[in-house]
Amino acid sequence: MFEPAQQNGSPRIGFYVCHCGHNIAGKVDVTAVAQAVARFPGVVLSRDYKYMCSDPGQQMIMDDIREQKLDRVVVASCSPLLHEHTFRTAVARGGLNAFHFQMVNIRENVSWVHDDPADATEKAVDLARAAVRRVRLHRALEQKKVPITPAVLIVGGGIAGIHAALTLASAGKKVYLVEKEPTIGGHMAKFDKTFPTLDCAACILTPKMSAVRSHPNITLWTYSEVTKVEGFVGRYRVTVKRKPRYVIEELCVGCLECIEACVFKEGKFYDEFNQGLGKRKPVYIPFPQATPQLVLIDPEQCIEFKSGKCKKTCAEKCDRDAIDFKQTERIEQIEVGAVIVATGFQTVPSEKVPFYGYGRMPNVFTALEVERLVNASGPTGGQVVTREGKAPKAVGIIHCVGSRDEKTNRWCSRVCCMYSLKLAHLIKEHTGAEVFNFYTDMRTAGKGYEEFFYKVMDDGVHFIRGRVAEVSDWAFTPDEEGKLVIRVEDTLIGRVRRVPVDMVVLATGLEPGPDSQQIRRLFNMSCSSEGFFLERHPKLAPVDTFTDGVYIAGACQSPKDIPDTVAQAGAAAAQVLALIDAGSKELEPNTAYIVEEECSGCKSCIALCPYTAISFDAARKKALLNEALCKGCGTCVASCPSGSIRQNLFQDDEIFSEIEGLLTPVT
Amino acid sequence: MSAHVAAREGAAPRAEWKPRVVAFFCNWCTYTAADLAGVSRLKHSPHFRIIRVMCSGRVDPQFVMDAFARGADAVLIGGCHPGDCHYMEGNYNCLRRFHLLQRMLGQMGIEKERFRLEWISASEGERVKTVVNSLVEDVVRLGPLALPGRLREWDREIDHLEAAVSERHEEATSHAR
Amino acid sequence: MRYLYYPGCSLRSTGKAYEESLLSLFRALDVPLEELDDWNCCGATAYMAVDEDKAMALAARNLSLAERQHGRSGQTQLVAPCSACFLVLTKTDRYLKGNPEVQKVVGRALADAGHSYAGTVTPRHPLDVLVNDIGVETIAKKVKSRLGHLRLACYYGCQIVRPFASFDDPRTPSTFEKLMEALGAETVDWPLRTRCCGASLMGTIHAVGMEMSYSILKEARRRGANCVVTTCPLCQLNLESFQQEMNKQFDDDLRMPVAYFTQILGLALGIPNDKLGFNKIIIPPPMTSGAPQGGEPARV
Repeated sequence: MFEPAQQNGSPRIGFYVCHCGHNIAGKVDVTAVAQAVARFPGVVLSRDYKYMCSDPGQQMIMDDIREQKLDRVVVASCSPLLHEHTFRTAVARGGLNAFHFQMVNIRENVSWVHDDPADATEKAVDLARAAVRRVRLHRALEQKKVPITPAVLIVGGGIAGIHAALTLASAGKKVYLVEKEPTIGGHMAKFDKTFPTLDCAACILTPKMSAVRSHPNITLWTYSEVTKVEGFVGRYRVTVKRKPRYVIEELCVGCLECIEACVFKEGKFYDEFNQGLGKRKPVYIPFPQATPQLVLIDPEQCIEFKSGKCKKTCAEKCDRDAIDFKQTERIEQIEVGAVIVATGFQTVPSEKVPFYGYGRMPNVFTALEVERLVNASGPTGGQVVTREGKAPKAVGIIHCVGSRDEKTNRWCSRVCCMYSLKLAHLIKEHTGAEVFNFYTDMRTAGKGYEEFFYKVMDDGVHFIRGRVAEVSDWAFTPDEEGKLVIRVEDTLIGRVRRVPVDMVVLATGLEPGPDSQQIRRLFNMSCSSEGFFLERHPKLAPVDTFTDGVYIAGACQSPKDIPDTVAQAGAAAAQVLALIDAGSKELEPNTAYIVEEECSGCKSCIALCPYTAISFDAARKKALLNEALCKGCGTCVASCPSGSIRQNLFQDDEIFSEIEGLLTPVT
Repeated sequence: MSAHVAAREGAAPRAEWKPRVVAFFCNWCTYTAADLAGVSRLKHSPHFRIIRVMCSGRVDPQFVMDAFARGADAVLIGGCHPGDCHYMEGNYNCLRRFHLLQRMLGQMGIEKERFRLEWISASEGERVKTVVNSLVEDVVRLGPLALPGRLREWDREIDHLEAAVSERHEEATSHAR
Repeated sequence: MRYLYYPGCSLRSTGKAYEESLLSLFRALDVPLEELDDWNCCGATAYMAVDEDKAMALAARNLSLAERQHGRSGQTQLVAPCSACFLVLTKTDRYLKGNPEVQKVVGRALADAGHSYAGTVTPRHPLDVLVNDIGVETIAKKVKSRLGHLRLACYYGCQIVRPFASFDDPRTPSTFEKLMEALGAETVDWPLRTRCCGASLMGTIHAVGMEMSYSILKEARRRGANCVVTTCPLCQLNLESFQQEMNKQFDDDLRMPVAYFTQILGLALGIPNDKLGFNKIIIPPPMTSGAPQGGEPARV
């Protein structure tokens, strides 16, 4: 039935147990493990060593293979998700097939999670026994290489996506940048200044936006969404839906005369870019520096779409006939070797923090709204005013809104302390108002950040340490009449204070975007418990995901500021370059195959394969498995009634031997 | 019934007995979650052993039966949440088999608490801990399954029956003569 | 739906006006309230702070009595008009259903006393019953005199919608206002509708309690209310009976009527004043339009 697992005679297995410093040895009696394993049949050598993954540790394996004529190796150390590759490489360098190796996880699965040393040691021995039994059956396997298409999809056109796109494009790679909004620029485009240097956000961002637009290697699709991803690393086939703008891209020059000519004389609709503080017309451009410089029409609002009876003054005015009310969505199909997901974040919706009164009391603002107020091209032309249009005399900035809070999000959003300082400075500069910061802790770690904090303190901005209980509009004393009152326990003086202000700014935290779950499924990524995309390793693989060829950058991975986002985008681009320039990528050989003579032709496997890798050869009445399409889940293997489907790396006999090894009574 | 009693008698005394749970965890969600439990140092019961498979869909019912037959007191399968399977729908296939298998095991006298399927995503390290602890708690309450002893007892019973039948048969034929 | 009535200690002492008006009101609405036999202290006040287990054992005994009296059909509604009783009964019921620790300790205490609780009783506040079971429209149809002269500050107090928001939003509740507006009364929009009145602080740290109650009354007046309506006997006591002292301490001239919502409902439904306990409160609400703030004690 099976090809014999061993070539000649009894196996010669080398076993190694790692101390991992105290990480393992502090709980598991590694000497006892090595001694116990030495007695298992087939084990010719059993050692313990401080750090198996270190260079001397790996060297030891290689030397033993040669000197002791080992033909199988088992290492008991950390998770295979961390170091399986390391040891397979060492085994191969020692002269064996890389897959004549099995790893035992006695750190994450044992020493870190169990208290009793005796139990931990017993479990480590059981796991080692299972691996020793299993490894005897391991077959020599070849890894297939797949070529890498030298093209990259970048999802999200914020500063992360822009930076990664430009880096890859200037290295000569083809880049498809897909953005769901009508313009690239993301959140950064809405900011007035950036901390701690107070550079104007537009001045540093818009040149990069136009570079994206004009770069010959970048195809920019805004107002577009990825709808389907198929294939695997090196060859992802991606479907992109491009929503209709009702404006012919090739003809529109962005003169904006159509907007002027619209039958709506004034803006009437929620202006997304200005957080609703301004109004726009149904035909609009998100903001003056929008990239691409193309107008679009909102069919939900345009009279022509609603009634078909508009005078269509916009179209009349356009001497290039760029307006096309009949435009439909377009579907693009592309093939790329790798993907960078840079889909950013959303600010915590203010409904989640009802006690601060956003929506009930008009002069409670979000920080993003204030960014637009202080911006010279914003809805008030840079005037920081209340909703009644008055300059505030006192402004309260509440930190940690929807951050570090059991009721909303437990994490620190990392950027709010700094952007609150920036806004405090700008508000003071624009209005001369007294500005109060209500903070939990000031977190100003970063180059030049602490210095900026001191500068803002020197400006005369007030800092009150305490979590704000509520914002209300009830007056207890005459000076509170007509004001918003911030009630807070000042934890430095140990008293409850009531601070009357004219304007409240909520420093809302960062959380995963509204469509993050959808994006996660699309690209087969995992999320960490907060819902941000999960990196392959928090320290050593911060931009990789568990899906080969899919990388992440920016705030979709965790809250981060612009410098960190740009650094991460650069890192993701470098990873992609390394992948593309290597030309090919070795695949895990865990695919399934069919032993034809045993196949009864029952077809039960065919419907089970989600990748349509199995077909039916009607002439020979046998199932056929296309290994190139197989992703190696093993579902068909478990379902085959005749046992004719096998899976490399996870053969039935290998798993049975593992079960047997685990459950053999300890003598 | 007699088999049941024999099994209980044949098992190790309760005081020395340690439950043995075999866990089949999928590589992408539950195994990663178990790693996260480790990284987060979430202490939990040591009486379970993980076997890593690529997908919960790979778990052949025979693996489960084999584990019980070799003396596991419980079997746990861990996979990605519905809709989140790394291989799109392997976990649904696992679910279908799970229900059939659980019913079948029940007919063999294996309580349903001893065979569990849990969806645990990569971020749910905490859930690995609670699931494992609650399963081990259930097993401790139920006591040893000791299926190997029971199987031996069943074999003996069947031998006995067979012997009795053939005796009767011989008697009958000799009578006829 | 069958209602058992749990008066609690307040409704038999400082809150007698509440009980009188509540019973008259339910009689007028043809909704029978049957008193719980052999009820005991709910376990609120200091008890809950000193020994939570014992406090919950007390509350659990009442729940167990309710099952004994009305069976375990799951239909039993235990109406607790005092906010503190309502909260403690609700809390105990939820803990006994969801918290294994409490189940163990309190379950054992109950068993020792020959009781058990199967979790089939729903503690209800009468505001919830009136609005969600009987219905605002049904009540509105029975209104005999509309209360257009009243501008009410509906004061929920801190306990009936928090932390268990069983029938309304915990921060910006609205059922109370809906009910009062159905009587033709105006209500004021004010942010203090669920603020603590000071509760037992009035006795322990008097100055703090005073300021808390005073700020509520002051804001009610600032918003143009001519009467504060409450759902809780302790709130009623704190808000009403210290006004003279407040006036001295804060140099003010408050004279704000503080009535039970059941009294206001009774007025609108045409129940005679002597059946609504108005003689048991100090500053009765204006009885007719145009009456000055406060006015004379009720003439019956």
